[in-house]
Amino acid sequence: MRAAAADKSDKSISLKATEKEFGARGAGVQALTPTTIDIAGGGMTILLGPSGCGKTTMLRLIAGLETPTSGIIEVGGVNLWANGKRNSEALSHLGMVFQEANLFPWLNIEDNIALPLKLRGVKKAERLAKAHELCRLVGISGFERRMPRELSGGMRQRASIARALSYDPGILLMDEPFGALDAITRDTMNNELQRIWMETGKTVVLVTHSIGEAVFLADRIVLLSPRPGRVQEVIEVPFPRPRDQSVHHDPEFQRIVAYLRGKLDH
Amino acid sequence: MSSQGSNVNGGGSPLIPSWVGSLIILVVFLGVWEGYVQLFNVSKLVLPPPSEVVVAWFGFLGSKSVWFHTGVTAWETFLGFVFASIFGVGLGFLLGKMPRLERMLNPFVIATQVIPKVALVPLFVVWFGFGITSKVVIASILAFFPILLNTVLGIKSVDTGHEEVMKSLNATRWQRLTQLDFPSSLPYILTGMEVGVVLSIIGAVVGEYLGGNSGLGNLAVKEMNSYNTTALFAVIMHLSILGFAFYAVVVGLRKYLISWHGSSN
Repeated sequence: MRAAAADKSDKSISLKATEKEFGARGAGVQALTPTTIDIAGGGMTILLGPSGCGKTTMLRLIAGLETPTSGIIEVGGVNLWANGKRNSEALSHLGMVFQEANLFPWLNIEDNIALPLKLRGVKKAERLAKAHELCRLVGISGFERRMPRELSGGMRQRASIARALSYDPGILLMDEPFGALDAITRDTMNNELQRIWMETGKTVVLVTHSIGEAVFLADRIVLLSPRPGRVQEVIEVPFPRPRDQSVHHDPEFQRIVAYLRGKLDH
Repeated sequence: MSSQGSNVNGGGSPLIPSWVGSLIILVVFLGVWEGYVQLFNVSKLVLPPPSEVVVAWFGFLGSKSVWFHTGVTAWETFLGFVFASIFGVGLGFLLGKMPRLERMLNPFVIATQVIPKVALVPLFVVWFGFGITSKVVIASILAFFPILLNTVLGIKSVDTGHEEVMKSLNATRWQRLTQLDFPSSLPYILTGMEVGVVLSIIGAVVGEYLGGNSGLGNLAVKEMNSYNTTALFAVIMHLSILGFAFYAVVVGLRKYLISWHGSSN
């Protein structure tokens, strides 16, 4: 409910001439050329491109895990880097999901999910109640007391999504979240992500190099290209929701896939 | 299901559990020893038969002075081990979190490790006297290095993915230390402590060999000087049991503290 009531600007992202260069200035590798883009609140935006195109760098810049070489990043209307330090209000709008679930092996599932709340000083009963609620949302009820190693890869990733949602950020950032899963689990997780996104109304920014995954999930695909990493094109994907995997057989879907493949090939 | 599973995994035949195998090896070893001494009529001064050593050891159990010496050695070992753990883990965290400091201090750490510390024992006796202090110092210095090195290794082995999670959650330095670095390096710390606790017993006993008039090390020297080899062996046996007890406590700590870790199975 709180998510629905929140102002949409809490969930928007804005890059203004944001640039990232690794190594010495001028002599280093330009991972992302100065990029200006607005990501409106509540949408599902997919960053798509081949390796080295800067999609992960762009996501990590938004997440505050990389320091921009120049330019401004605003998250929920707040400057992420004010005075050279990460702004904690901006960070509180962000939840990050990595390619690996990165659950702490010494904590059980509910304690892993509740970890961000523990860091925020939330009382134990309250944070466990929230963890249980999120276990229901992501479909791992009954596994609250299990240890991470007892869960399958897909279920661990569900838990890591729950952890990212625990403090109710407006924005969910996902770096190839299903890249380490098998193809069947991956389809399931894409369906599940769509459902979770529709239920929570978060802004989702997801990185992938899978064209099919991108078109299935996206409201908007930001196509990036490498050497140097830059935004090549932004494509709207207008299919109605909820989509199921049969959308893959839709001629319009296949047309968009073919178009993107053509763009990525040359 | 589980017994079938262990069979498939080849983790030892379910007919003979591994502890039975260990017991058989022990019995065979003692039997060969006993047989050798009896058959070749070896002088008790050189090598007493294990049967007599065991009898002598049972005699110890009724002796007040042996229990006093046991208490002294156990206390020195315990104190030495606790100090080694506090300083080893503390400095290990510092060096593990500050790679520059670690690189700077590394030559000195290696140098102090290479020095045969047992050769310094007489010096410690001079510095800290014949009492308990010199033994505690030796015990803690011997146990300190494995604990230090394993702690540093543990801190350096913290998963980068886990570090990024804490970074994305905007965790403070203190939160990273207590919620990530410490639990993550605990398996390493406990490995260091397993090695360390054995070394602290050695330290205490070597200290007792060279100075003072109490402790099991001192008792061993006394028995040797009176050519009572059987009693000497009984002291060694008694020390081994004490060592086992200390070691078992640390291993138990491992099973209790890091049941999540693969090493505790």
